[in-house]
Amino acid sequence: MAQAQVAVEKKQMRTPIESGCPDGMQYMHPLMVKNFGNWKYHDRPRPGVLHHVAYSGDEIWTVRVGTQRQLGPYEINLLCDIVDQYGEGYVRFTIRSNLEVMVSKWDKVGPLIQAFNDAGYPVGGTGNSVTMISHTQGWLHCDIPGTDASGVVKSLMDDLYTEFIKEEMPNRVHITTSCCQINCGGQGDIAINIQHTKPPKINHDLVANVCERPSVVARCPVAAIRPAMVNGKPSLEVDEKKCICCGACYPPCPPMQINDPVHSKLAIWVGGKNSNARSKPMFQKLVAAGLPNNPPRWPEVGAVVKKILYTYKKDARDWERVGDWVERIGWPRFFELTGLPFTKFHIDNWRGSRNSLNASTHIRF
Amino acid sequence: MTDTLNQPPKNPERHSTFVPKEKKSTKPFHATPMLDQLESGPWPSFVTGLKRLAHENNMMVDLLGQLEHSYKTRLGYWKGGTVSVFGYGGGIIPRFSEVASMFPESKEFHTLRVQPPAGNHYTTKMLRQLSNSWNKWGSGLIAFHGQTGNIMFIGSTSENVQHFFDEVNEYGFDLGGAGPCVRTAMSCVGAARCEQSCANEHRIHRTLVNNFIDDMHRPALPYKFKFKVSGCPNDCMNSIQRADFAVIGTWRDDMQVDQKGVKEYVASHGRKYTIDNVIARCPTKALSLNDDDTLEVDNRSCVRCMHCINVMTKALKPGKDRGITLLIGGKRTLKIGDTMGTVIVPFMKMDTDEDYEKLRDLASTVIDYWAENGLEHERCGEMIERIGLAKFLEAIGIEVDPNMISHPRTSSYVRMDDWDQEAQKWIDRHQPAVA
Repeated sequence: MAQAQVAVEKKQMRTPIESGCPDGMQYMHPLMVKNFGNWKYHDRPRPGVLHHVAYSGDEIWTVRVGTQRQLGPYEINLLCDIVDQYGEGYVRFTIRSNLEVMVSKWDKVGPLIQAFNDAGYPVGGTGNSVTMISHTQGWLHCDIPGTDASGVVKSLMDDLYTEFIKEEMPNRVHITTSCCQINCGGQGDIAINIQHTKPPKINHDLVANVCERPSVVARCPVAAIRPAMVNGKPSLEVDEKKCICCGACYPPCPPMQINDPVHSKLAIWVGGKNSNARSKPMFQKLVAAGLPNNPPRWPEVGAVVKKILYTYKKDARDWERVGDWVERIGWPRFFELTGLPFTKFHIDNWRGSRNSLNASTHIRF
Repeated sequence: MTDTLNQPPKNPERHSTFVPKEKKSTKPFHATPMLDQLESGPWPSFVTGLKRLAHENNMMVDLLGQLEHSYKTRLGYWKGGTVSVFGYGGGIIPRFSEVASMFPESKEFHTLRVQPPAGNHYTTKMLRQLSNSWNKWGSGLIAFHGQTGNIMFIGSTSENVQHFFDEVNEYGFDLGGAGPCVRTAMSCVGAARCEQSCANEHRIHRTLVNNFIDDMHRPALPYKFKFKVSGCPNDCMNSIQRADFAVIGTWRDDMQVDQKGVKEYVASHGRKYTIDNVIARCPTKALSLNDDDTLEVDNRSCVRCMHCINVMTKALKPGKDRGITLLIGGKRTLKIGDTMGTVIVPFMKMDTDEDYEKLRDLASTVIDYWAENGLEHERCGEMIERIGLAKFLEAIGIEVDPNMISHPRTSSYVRMDDWDQEAQKWIDRHQPAVA
């Protein structure tokens, strides 16, 4: 018995193999290995399908499938069974959690799509579609979330399903969600992010034991936190007039609860763009806020997102991303067309904000 | 192709809506009226997926209960802690439930961050193998992939973290980063399947990140540090905005134009459409459509934005003299506000082993300087904002270049005692070219 335990402990003390990032070549479709760096052009024969042609004359078709990102053994085996039966056993994932299946023959594309659709998985997300929403962990796993991520995404993708499987937008649309103001979801044509509206509620009994107070003081972007003795215990206090309710103090100091079932709201930002195509990369800009955090389907958020999306679809020209479109029509017209209210909160006052003011007579009427 | 959306599944046992009849988990299900509402609708439901797992194990029964509790109360209930595997200081995201008295089976629900193969390529065999390992040691739930790029194996007890890691580590997978360290990197599909690729993204990705494996597994930097590699300026990896160290493929000679392809494009799409959507959308007015429907390119004015190449995929391509542009300092809001990465190296070749060494050495120099000079919880871009780009460049031994700025300074509030020496440096650097 004692010996068995020693054996177990020895196994636990196994030294890790620090192999780092694995080589992707070993898992790549043979045509991709063969034609690595020697592709000639691509086109899209139908929504959800890419067709790449190599200088060697080889061709490869990619079928793009929307997933729920969080996959269990049932889903993984179901998807892999389809790929093994109708595809060629090689897949990859896009940055937006779409599954891509590569095949060497056009004849295989139709049955592959049919099999995914029969199993309840949509094919799409290519070109000028609304592709899968990039999302974060939310209530499922994060330690600081103001809202859920998967639920917001599921609700929106149900509504935008047709826009995923068709290519009918002026250009590609990337939507993102984030459950706190750290914004792990990143920049998006339309971004849905938590915006807290009340300062943290501090549990002074716990601060001294849980938080490294100088680090928490240093974390505040507006220097609103200072050490204080509260009820005879060392704690922290917040100058609530200075506080911008960003929640930066909450991760290093969980007793400073920033999340609130009512006062943690959702805000919508538009015009973020990562690509250098046409304009330089752009940050997203605030357009709506104060939306209720309303699970399980967040209908108020969905309504604003769809209003913006379909205004863009109707008004933007080919190849204009949301940000490009707004730059052409101007912000007054954006607020007019979408019917969203423009407020003093839309005017930036953070460092460098003068650059976002209109220092000209360029005004559209 | 038939529309399968509004029809009942042909084979309900092989469908995203399938829920097994047999319940192997011993704990009764919690009522989940709110989550249940996320099972309807056409998009595959993560809730149905969680329920399938809850038929298998008690951990997921309670996980669903806690998630429903979050939906009801609109609050999260996970707290961090310290969990690691032997020999490493990071890579695990510990999660302990604050409501474990109500949901004891999922009281420990840690995530392992595992680095995917460069380019996120998998065989179905490998996907199944990873899934089987995780089903053995964890909840079974895997996210492909997290926002930094990790495969996230969600839901392990503290004890099984080590077992799972040992198993996947033996067949070639390693943990990613968590905490103040070099993080898991990302690279696009790139040269493997994209004609717009200007570099070997996978090799650059692995050269960089695998050189800092010690800085990944043993967090000791001021804050996180992310590498991302995109093969062209479309930047599918979002590296300018999301990476401390962005590597983007580009070219410095003339772009390749197949005039026959241009003519075919004009013939099929029309002259007006071509002018409105290709010529007029060029940000630097470097394009002109000739009377015979061929394309004239002012390559010295072209900024390699990719727009025309994206539109006319069969006619236009990047040039042949390819390499990379490096940008440093991208990050989101915390703490000074958003910063994009800015150009540090406008162009460098990536052809020889020496080129790769040079890139690796430059990354080392940047990380070393930032590790020495960055404040606690200060990203590299924030440090550059604090000290100024010129000082940073001097520290890492890179000469100034007008490609690094949008325009020269507009403020006269600067001391310029040694203007003459600095001007001479520029003249000396450009002497051979002039001669």
